[in-house]
Amino acid sequence: MESYKLIAENITVYYNNVKSIKNVTMKFKTNTVTSLIGPSGCGKTSFLRCLNRMHDMNKKVRVTGKVIIDGSNLYLDTVNPILHRRKVGMVFQKPNPFPTMSIYDNVIAGLRLNGIKDKKILDDAVQTSLKLAYLWDEVNDNLKQPAIELSGGQQQRLCIARALAIKPEIIIMDEPSSALDPVSTQKIEETIMNLKKTLTIIIVTHNMQQAIRISDYTAFMYLGKLIEFDETKKLFTSPNHQLTAKYVKGFFG
Amino acid sequence: MYKNFRANLISDNTFKIIITVSAIYILIIVSLLITKLFFESYPIWHANGLSFIVNSDWNTIEGRESFGALPYILGTMITSAIAMAIAIPFSIGIAMFVSYTPQKLHVFLNFIIDLLASIPSIIYGLWGLIIFRPIFIKSVEIPIHDMLGKHVWLFSGIPMGLDIITASIVLSIMIIPTISSVSREIIKSVPIQQQEAAFMLGATEWEIFKLAIFPYSKAGLVGASILGLGRAVGETMAITMLIGNATGNFALPKSLFQAGQTMSSIIANEFIEAPPLSLHLSALIGIGLILLLFAICINIIAHILVIRMLKVQEGSINT
Amino acid sequence: MIQKNEYEKQFYKNIRCRLIINKIINICVILAVVFALIPLGSIIFEVFKNGITAISIEFLTEVPGAIGAKNGGIGPAIQGTLLIILFSSLIGIPIGLFSGIFLYEFHDRKLARIIRFVNDVFMELPTIIIGIFTFLVIVLTLGYFTILAGSFALSLIMIPIISKTTEESLKMVPMAYKEAGTALGLQNWIISIKIIMVTAKKGILNGILLSVARISGETAPLIMTTLGSSQFFHSFNSPIDSLPLRIWRFSLLPYDEAQTYGWGSALVLIFIIIMISIIIRYAFNTRLFKIKT
Repeated sequence: MESYKLIAENITVYYNNVKSIKNVTMKFKTNTVTSLIGPSGCGKTSFLRCLNRMHDMNKKVRVTGKVIIDGSNLYLDTVNPILHRRKVGMVFQKPNPFPTMSIYDNVIAGLRLNGIKDKKILDDAVQTSLKLAYLWDEVNDNLKQPAIELSGGQQQRLCIARALAIKPEIIIMDEPSSALDPVSTQKIEETIMNLKKTLTIIIVTHNMQQAIRISDYTAFMYLGKLIEFDETKKLFTSPNHQLTAKYVKGFFG
Repeated sequence: MYKNFRANLISDNTFKIIITVSAIYILIIVSLLITKLFFESYPIWHANGLSFIVNSDWNTIEGRESFGALPYILGTMITSAIAMAIAIPFSIGIAMFVSYTPQKLHVFLNFIIDLLASIPSIIYGLWGLIIFRPIFIKSVEIPIHDMLGKHVWLFSGIPMGLDIITASIVLSIMIIPTISSVSREIIKSVPIQQQEAAFMLGATEWEIFKLAIFPYSKAGLVGASILGLGRAVGETMAITMLIGNATGNFALPKSLFQAGQTMSSIIANEFIEAPPLSLHLSALIGIGLILLLFAICINIIAHILVIRMLKVQEGSINT
Repeated sequence: MIQKNEYEKQFYKNIRCRLIINKIINICVILAVVFALIPLGSIIFEVFKNGITAISIEFLTEVPGAIGAKNGGIGPAIQGTLLIILFSSLIGIPIGLFSGIFLYEFHDRKLARIIRFVNDVFMELPTIIIGIFTFLVIVLTLGYFTILAGSFALSLIMIPIISKTTEESLKMVPMAYKEAGTALGLQNWIISIKIIMVTAKKGILNGILLSVARISGETAPLIMTTLGSSQFFHSFNSPIDSLPLRIWRFSLLPYDEAQTYGWGSALVLIFIIIMISIIIRYAFNTRLFKIKT
């Protein structure tokens, strides 16, 4: 039996009582990268946001189903999502560092929340996370600089570092490089390959080349349904489903 | 056909002239207002100089006239300060609540805030005088006065409800809608991405406010509060009805349970009684001028803070 | 590098405390809302409860009786308030609208920037100062208290509100509408403005309503411009009564009847404010601002 880090079972999402994701079940293995692909509006992002109960912020959205992390269901009423959310770090489509804070403060924002004040631990966490995100060399002499003075790509890697600082076990990314130039994209992909050693990564991407480059598994979603979920190589070379075949050959989307 | 065309052209220009004149009208009125207040209060500045601001005598009997604005300036400052101290936490609480809650309650609360804002000041005054005052005397003023009146100067005086604290509390109720509706707009303008970032890090609702909303909207929230201060400083009727209307040295604020007077209330009380061209009228206009300067300063600061905040939200964070 | 375990230990040590703080703050927020609602509920309840007992035909139509008497009414006050609202709207609405259009149309000119700033500050000025100003400019010049002075003062309160909301709602109109006007070759500037105005109608209307509601209850400037009276309006050169002034007079009297009359007047005032908003809404929805084609 293989070990699954994260299992999403029968996830259904309602926006204003309209079903937008229908009964999606996926299992994610420990220390793998999984890409979610599909045309715009197919529910990739919505699904991703279920994995750490991000939808709690929006009162119009209702989610049913189970998300099981390390054997416990995130959607039980008795579970406090905050306890789980620290295991799941998230990176958003648009870089969103806290604009009033320095680079240093941005990285440790999550640790501060948890009441960690020890300077040594904080310094250490900043260095480790920034190194993991391949940002350390570019900013290490200027950690007190405001975060918004960084370039877009650097901001995005800062956001990755911020998510890493809370020591998550899973990282979910919502098209993290869609707003960035090719060089930054490449750096982010390197980061992902590096993180794979210790983390389980789920990434929504619009770019099929990217999915091929970085992911072990790929899921193809269409109109709120999971059409196919397989090893990346298999999915792109010999898909089982006709729709998948059409999509990966670029016929639509 | 041609006729029509020409008629249109003319009316176009006429219209341009009309709107320009209307706009300039505002400019003229405001400059006229400031100069008029200055010149009509000139006698008192001429007679007393700047000591008008630091004196506290107030004698309107002809021949023995002496006027000082200090008690009223202090009265305005103290009532506004107390009102702000009460209103700010409540307003920010309301604004936070509105930003958290589900849609339906949200709409209802907005309606309530707008309703509160549209109740005339005179009705607040009437309510304060007839309903609030007796309850407040019985359940707050007398017990506190009995317990602490002899020892703490703040609570000395006679607890009769026509005093600084009653006026300040009613004033705070009146400015809550102003502060909370502007704060609500400010909080709404914080980009959702910021809140998501905090949420992702496992922040509780309060921590989201602390981490993502507050740093981003600090200036705007201060601006909203200062806007409320502007209202408090200019508020007239409710205060006039509740503050007890002392004059001269009696109006120097010494305790919370003591009759006082603010700049606006002394004007409301005495303006009509003052004979035209008298020093008394000039003194009242002088107080009006001081009040005007207060209000202008406060509003310019509030304006700059709020506008800047709401502008940032339109552009990206980087601007 | 900190061990993950150590971090987790810290996390679980602190999480309970964090959740409790959050809960406390949430409770405080809810309490703040509830406490703020109490005065509102009380005000509305008392105005209705006490006001309704005062209302009668006599109360609504008669002139006030002798001080402390059990007869008499607030007829002149109602009439005065309605007239003042009418006259100040006649001055205030056009000027407010036109200056709002000016601010929108010439938005980046220096003059417009100055006026916009002055307008914003003007909007929040204490109304009693506008009263003093009107007294000095009109009452002293004419030599008598008059409804015209009161209306002028109140129009000065309306103008900045209307001007601001007009500009804001015109700005909200999507660019496409404006471009459509140009594309149609509507050189006639007035027509293109009319088209934009129709689209922005709701916001403009709201601004007007807001300003009318605001002035209906305004008291301070009336003290020194219309003074108050116990007679119906009969000429432009004599004082006139209004509801807010009447409420104030009642509140100064120590008799129970006066209090009841005060509540009655307050109820009528609130009723008028609500009615005006309904009437204006209706009027604007049907006739004005429709383009004649």
